[in-house]
Amino acid sequence: MRASPKESRTTGAPRNASGRRGHAATPYLFIAPAFILYAAFMLYPLARSVHLSLFAWDGLTLATFVGFGNYTELFTDDRLRAAFGHALAFIIFFAVIPCGIGLVLAAVLTRSKARGLSLFRTLVFLPQVIAMVVVSVAFKQIYAPDGLLNSALRSIGLDSLTRAWLGDYVFSLPAVGLIGSWVSTGLVTVLLLAGMAKIPTELFEAARLDGAGAVREFIFIIVPSVRAELTVALTLTIVASLKTFDLIYMTTAGGPGSSTTVPSYEVYRRAFETGQVGSAAAIGVTLSIIIFLITLAVNRISERGA
Amino acid sequence: MRVSPSERTLNYAILIFFSVVVLTPVFSIVVTAFAPANAAAARAGAFHPENFAQAWVQGRFGTYMATSVLIAVIVVSLALVLSVMAGYAFGTMRFRGEQVLFYLFLLGIMVPSEAIIVPLFFDLRTFGLTDTPWAVALPQVAQSIAFGTYWMRAYFKSVSPSIMDAARVDGASKGRILVSILVPMGRPAITTMIVLMFMWTWNEFLIPLVMSPSGEFRTAPLGLAFFQGQYTQGTALLAAAAVMVALPVVILYFLMQRHFIRGMLEGAVKE
Repeated sequence: MRASPKESRTTGAPRNASGRRGHAATPYLFIAPAFILYAAFMLYPLARSVHLSLFAWDGLTLATFVGFGNYTELFTDDRLRAAFGHALAFIIFFAVIPCGIGLVLAAVLTRSKARGLSLFRTLVFLPQVIAMVVVSVAFKQIYAPDGLLNSALRSIGLDSLTRAWLGDYVFSLPAVGLIGSWVSTGLVTVLLLAGMAKIPTELFEAARLDGAGAVREFIFIIVPSVRAELTVALTLTIVASLKTFDLIYMTTAGGPGSSTTVPSYEVYRRAFETGQVGSAAAIGVTLSIIIFLITLAVNRISERGA
Repeated sequence: MRVSPSERTLNYAILIFFSVVVLTPVFSIVVTAFAPANAAAARAGAFHPENFAQAWVQGRFGTYMATSVLIAVIVVSLALVLSVMAGYAFGTMRFRGEQVLFYLFLLGIMVPSEAIIVPLFFDLRTFGLTDTPWAVALPQVAQSIAFGTYWMRAYFKSVSPSIMDAARVDGASKGRILVSILVPMGRPAITTMIVLMFMWTWNEFLIPLVMSPSGEFRTAPLGLAFFQGQYTQGTALLAAAAVMVALPVVILYFLMQRHFIRGMLEGAVKE
């Protein structure tokens, strides 16, 4: 580790801030308690996960070294391939759909300067603070055979469409995915509203003088202006979708069959139910790498486009 | 900016439509929570606030809520003090390895619980630490420290160096400057951090699920999951329990929504 040169710092921090009165060890003393705890309960287990992922272990008997066997299994095991496929589908439901809706919604609200905006903001953000377990209970009741959704369908004469949504091989995945859309949309909208509030009014006035309509205004002014916010929104929601465990645990437990299982659920299932601890660790490590790469990629793309 | 009346109507329609979409699941669970729990209760009337008391007792939510409070107190207080200290060093001092150390902390914001939970469980079990509040709390302290250090560093960097210089000239030590000047000045940033840490800890599911296999230190969300599995007939009591589990954070949100929204929007890593 080298001392990092900081000439580029623009804040004009005091020269040699750790110098004079302070002791050279001072910064380390301030960081040490946090670092020790953080290293013991985050860095060390992370390293141990990488190590464990190279073994076949049932959690009780002796482990056997299998090299990258647990990782190649990610491509060969049907259930795991399905899990990662569903994770991709959930990215659409948790991130892409909310960003689409959020963009239009925030643009409409910004353009209209509607009253009641702050109340609306408070309401759409609400799903973000409700425990996912509670959200799951609420939606499970809505999707139940005699739940709100089926009653609504029956009341408009669409009895043929009613079904046990979460027990259906085809519809359980979108049903669970839409819960994610419900949770994410508010966050994305509020984030984009904040970004759009910063667009100078003159930009809109100039566009209108040029005769631009709402659609052109949306494409040429609003969307490019909130690129940074959109990046943050995508990163947050994609990561949230990949970390979703409680929703699956509570609503479908991955079923029916393996039709809604996701990597994070497979980590739990394999480590604590089916005795495939090494495989679980490998999935966890892969998930971290994917999250890291996606975060990097989304930020790269938005930088290059700017 | 002028907007035509028809467009205005359309805008309000959109606003109302999305508000209804957001509120429907919320209202439906609240309404269900007050609905009759069984046929006998249905004969007695349509409004049943006693569901909450019944769910509280049947689901042992007194115990679970107490555990949740205990865990939240441990996580928030420890993570708060440690993050403020670490953030202070990163934000105001320069030292060897600063960048490497800071990136190590940032890593923790991205790493999902799924990536650490497996070895954590087996290692803590070896030490006999599973089924203690520490097994449930300490991994969450580590996660909160990652965010807290990042968040506090940003605050300390934003403080004008002249304030610290003035205090230093007056002979104040580094610790003193932190405690008597910077922390009081940073109350808004610190409040935001506390509120977020509390919410994350209260709502956390995977870590308490795994770390207390006997169920002795089951937090409120876990109590709800367990209640769902055990209580299958009818939905009213389950809904009442769900409302109770969500309520502490939701009330806090309505009281301090600025902190929630600001924290969750600005807390996103943008380096």
